[in-house]
Amino acid sequence: MSANIARTCLRMLTLLPLVSLAISGWAVEPSAMPGTSGATAAFQLPPLPYAQDALEPYVSARTMSFHYGKHHQAYVDTLNKLIAGTPWAGQPLEKVVAESADAADKAAVFNNAAQAWNHAFFWQSMKPGGGEKLAGRLLELVEKSFGGFEAFKDAFTTAAVAQFGSGWVWLVQDGDRLKVVKTLNADTPMAHGQNALLTCDVWEHAYYLDYQNRRKDFVQAFLDHLVNWEFAASRLK
Amino acid sequence: MSNEKLQSASKQVLAPLPYAENALDPVISARTIGFHYGKHHKGYVDNLNNLAAGTEYAGMTLEKIIAATAGKVDKAAIFNNAAQAWNHTFFWRSLRPKGGGEPPAVLKKKIEAAFGTLDACKKELATAATTQFGSGWAWLALDDDKLKVVKTGNADSPLTKGMKPVLTIDVWEHAYYLDYQNRRADYITAVIDKLINWDFATKNLG
Ligand SMILES: [Fe+2]
Ligand SMILES: [Fe+2]
Repeated sequence: MSANIARTCLRMLTLLPLVSLAISGWAVEPSAMPGTSGATAAFQLPPLPYAQDALEPYVSARTMSFHYGKHHQAYVDTLNKLIAGTPWAGQPLEKVVAESADAADKAAVFNNAAQAWNHAFFWQSMKPGGGEKLAGRLLELVEKSFGGFEAFKDAFTTAAVAQFGSGWVWLVQDGDRLKVVKTLNADTPMAHGQNALLTCDVWEHAYYLDYQNRRKDFVQAFLDHLVNWEFAASRLK
Repeated sequence: MSNEKLQSASKQVLAPLPYAENALDPVISARTIGFHYGKHHKGYVDNLNNLAAGTEYAGMTLEKIIAATAGKVDKAAIFNNAAQAWNHTFFWRSLRPKGGGEPPAVLKKKIEAAFGTLDACKKELATAATTQFGSGWAWLALDDDKLKVVKTGNADSPLTKGMKPVLTIDVWEHAYYLDYQNRRADYITAVIDKLINWDFATKNLG
């Protein structure tokens, strides 16, 4: 397969999961593990919606290989170990996140379930050649909620830089309004009944190999070159 | 810890690194120290000075700022930067080139009283450092007169819990990502075995 065809196929693949994720946790449904007689089901690491080097130079293939192949994989694997043999085994990921969110003694389950969900959502929030101009209803909502696209970008960048320690910055829909929110560590708007449209991972592992201490540069590259606005628009209710 | 380096009439100053930037290589690379000390630690000190300028906190010792702002939601930015400034100075001194090995007798006795053996203490410290979810710190601290292993999130430290820090390991990802990437456990093992400054820890018992 030529590189061009491969790239076109990857582009198409980036569009395919939109509908199913909008309905439920797309690639994060549990599936029966081979050789386990169907008695247990385990979460699988969802496929990355593009090649590991597809976001270069803004996110390096090296960063992606650790971030997706090690961090995301570890959250999925740890979650499977933690919930094996519990009533959560075989349940949708969203349900595990929601039910473990307010239980202090379930912090490990919540952390790994929410991080599994957040990362799958983060990969969908980006695409090669992203960050184009907004259009349609999403643009209207951004203008109405922030006063303009540039004001939205400022609010998103400010929140990302201000998130102290590890965490996430999000664009969420609250009825007729859009908001920028930041969350600490594994916390996620989904656990608080908010509809997430978009996220950027601001754990240091997301950018340290490529940007070191310059988190702001990473977030600006995310907004200008990586954001998948089609995905965000598909999440609007 | 002696705090003469942390005090200043008006502004906090970035305490000098107690060794060369490449002195901890290969356990911690000069490149990591370059960013960690020269950008992160310096950033906390600079942010604190900007935040404290013209307020009641200008001219206070770091310890006083930390005590005065801990747990106050509206003072979170000052607390975070003051505590991170303090934690990092304490972290640099918790390490040394050719560290690790056997603690001095007085510390070893205290460790054995609290944990049974030195290995058990090191294991508990490593577990705390590995399991601190997100950014934070693992500590050996004195609670009254007993040694304990403590882990704290983000900028927090045993100081806010009425304990006396004895030594610390930074487990923010910036502390190890260039050298170890996701392998935090390898970083912690190497630091405990090869860099821990038991002499500094012993001084903090007094
Ligand atoms: Fe991440
Ligand atoms: Fe640090």
